[in-house]
Amino acid sequence: MAGKAKNGAEKPNGANLPFLYRHYDHETLRGALRKMHLIRQFEEGAEESYMRGLIHGTMHLSIGQEASAVGICLGLTDEDQITSTHRGHGHCIAKGADVSRMFAEFFGKTTGYCRGRGGSMHIADVSTGNLGANGIVGGGLPIAVGAALTAKKTKSGNVVVCFFGDGANNEGAFHEALNMAAIWKLPVIFVCENNGYGMSTSVERATAVKNIADRAAAYAMPGVIVEGNVVSDVAQAMHEATERARKGEGPTLIECKTYRYRGHSKSDRNRYRTKEEIEEWMTERDPIEMFEAELQELGVIDMAGIEAIRADVAREIAEGIEFAKESPMPDVANLEKYVYTEQA
Amino acid sequence: MDAIIETATRELSYAQAIQEAMAIAMERDERVFLMGEDIGVYGGAFQVTGDLVERFGPERVMDTPISELGGAGVAVGAAVTGLRPIFEFQFSDFATLAMEQIVNQAAKMRYMLGGAVSVPVVMRFPAGSGTGAAAQHSQSLEAWLGHVPGLKVIQPATPHDAKGLLLAAIEDPDPVMIFEHKLLYKMKGPVPEGHYTVPIGKADVRREGRDLTIVATSIMVHKALEAAETLSGEGIDIEVIDLRTVRPMDRQTVIDSVRKTSRLMCVYEAVKTLGIGAEVSAMIAESEAFDYLDAPIVRLGGAETPIPYNPELEKATVPQVDGIVQAARDLVTGAR
Repeated sequence: MAGKAKNGAEKPNGANLPFLYRHYDHETLRGALRKMHLIRQFEEGAEESYMRGLIHGTMHLSIGQEASAVGICLGLTDEDQITSTHRGHGHCIAKGADVSRMFAEFFGKTTGYCRGRGGSMHIADVSTGNLGANGIVGGGLPIAVGAALTAKKTKSGNVVVCFFGDGANNEGAFHEALNMAAIWKLPVIFVCENNGYGMSTSVERATAVKNIADRAAAYAMPGVIVEGNVVSDVAQAMHEATERARKGEGPTLIECKTYRYRGHSKSDRNRYRTKEEIEEWMTERDPIEMFEAELQELGVIDMAGIEAIRADVAREIAEGIEFAKESPMPDVANLEKYVYTEQA
Repeated sequence: MDAIIETATRELSYAQAIQEAMAIAMERDERVFLMGEDIGVYGGAFQVTGDLVERFGPERVMDTPISELGGAGVAVGAAVTGLRPIFEFQFSDFATLAMEQIVNQAAKMRYMLGGAVSVPVVMRFPAGSGTGAAAQHSQSLEAWLGHVPGLKVIQPATPHDAKGLLLAAIEDPDPVMIFEHKLLYKMKGPVPEGHYTVPIGKADVRREGRDLTIVATSIMVHKALEAAETLSGEGIDIEVIDLRTVRPMDRQTVIDSVRKTSRLMCVYEAVKTLGIGAEVSAMIAESEAFDYLDAPIVRLGGAETPIPYNPELEKATVPQVDGIVQAARDLVTGAR
């Protein structure tokens, strides 16, 4: 965890700065910006590859939601674990995965993280603590609680982050998982990325409470609402939740209010929302643009530095796609491999 | 190395045998723990966990809220991250509430992640009819789970196997679903002391015979053995195979038996249609044993109805000894 710096309380001169700038050094912050670009360009690259027929199936893009993935994962170690969602590319990258192996997975290749068995919807990198995206809405919630139970029982000191969308908060699994995490005071942070729509159905039409974080009250845990497109706000809420979890005080529910620019999946005709709504989020609340502006204002980076990051990320993406293209396809003879654990 | 302590054998009930297996596993491996509804001070709905909470404490014999879906998922998450949970369902019927975690997560996680993880979770399901608990507490759903690649599904029929198969399940790296017939819990039988395992995926020939192969599961093994005993007085010699594992099924033991006896009958408590009997029958029809068949294959399974409350109706829902005797006699004497 590079760059974890002193708490702002000990640095009176920085007291008025947003949390992120009090808590992390400049290199870490530039790294966070780079990760946001990496997520954005990865998804644009995946989308383009899909259009060109290089990737089949479907995918759920999180373009516009990068601040929540990066802000949440910024303070985590490889030993801290996450469960992710069908819209999970950003989580995977934010947690530290290599985009080459992610592209390879999307291309169905043996060099992919899931050896071509999982694809976009099950992307995972266990080595960096990502237990996997999930094709079932709410499917990862109880699993995250189980991982947190392991952390508590083994006294590992690790925390578990459970990403889910607004749609999942109406699944029974959400309620069962939050309740168990609370009664057992488990080190898990529930992160709801509320992008306003469960497929086409708006949160207003689907959810009885105004904020999903309001539901935390039912499970006697803090419910925190943050501007999900503002990295610093996300990171601050996450930092407090992590401290609480590591101290054994139990779970927190963080609701990141955000927005997805693309449709739900590749079949979406965007009939349930207006162009104006999408435009407004893209032009006025883009998480990368806002973060870049903030970093420049605070002298963390200049325009040349930003351009250098973009170019470097573009190179990494191009190399990743090339790696995926050149990687071998799985052998059909191995179709049944990995159904069960191979035993001697 | 366990051979020395294995030599002592005494009578235990099926429930006691399961409890002993869990205690041995928890003593041997600190990663093993139990989860379930009312398994702590209450001792479990069928007193299978009994007083284990006093011995191992509430951290390792964890009462869960009434949350089958969530509880099963917590067990899956704990298993993926290095523990060895044993999750007890109060009734197998409640598997329906947890199907998502069992079928979409536990069974598929290893495959979806290209072998990056294993899911060493054990789930125990008290199953079957005969207790007057009616339609939602009496089902036999093992074929449902047996249909899912990634799961292993077992049905121990004796106290000996209940202990040995459970210990094998706990040590297995993959998710194992155990269906325990509730009427077997009080049945006594010889159980070796100490640690031993019974291999998953191996059927057991409980009785050798030359006229007919009966493939039975769980409590039906005992009914089939009773029927075989009755018919031996009539000169009909029946081989009874205890399938023990639904998935992966021990095909060879059944094929070898049918090649010898030339007749096959499947006896199982679950609803007859699309069940284990269909799988065993089709497997034989596809195998080299087909040419040896002298008569049509017969299936005796549960009626096409929910389990009713009235005791006479309930009994009529699932195969009984008299019915097995008659069907077997008809099959061997050519009356069918």
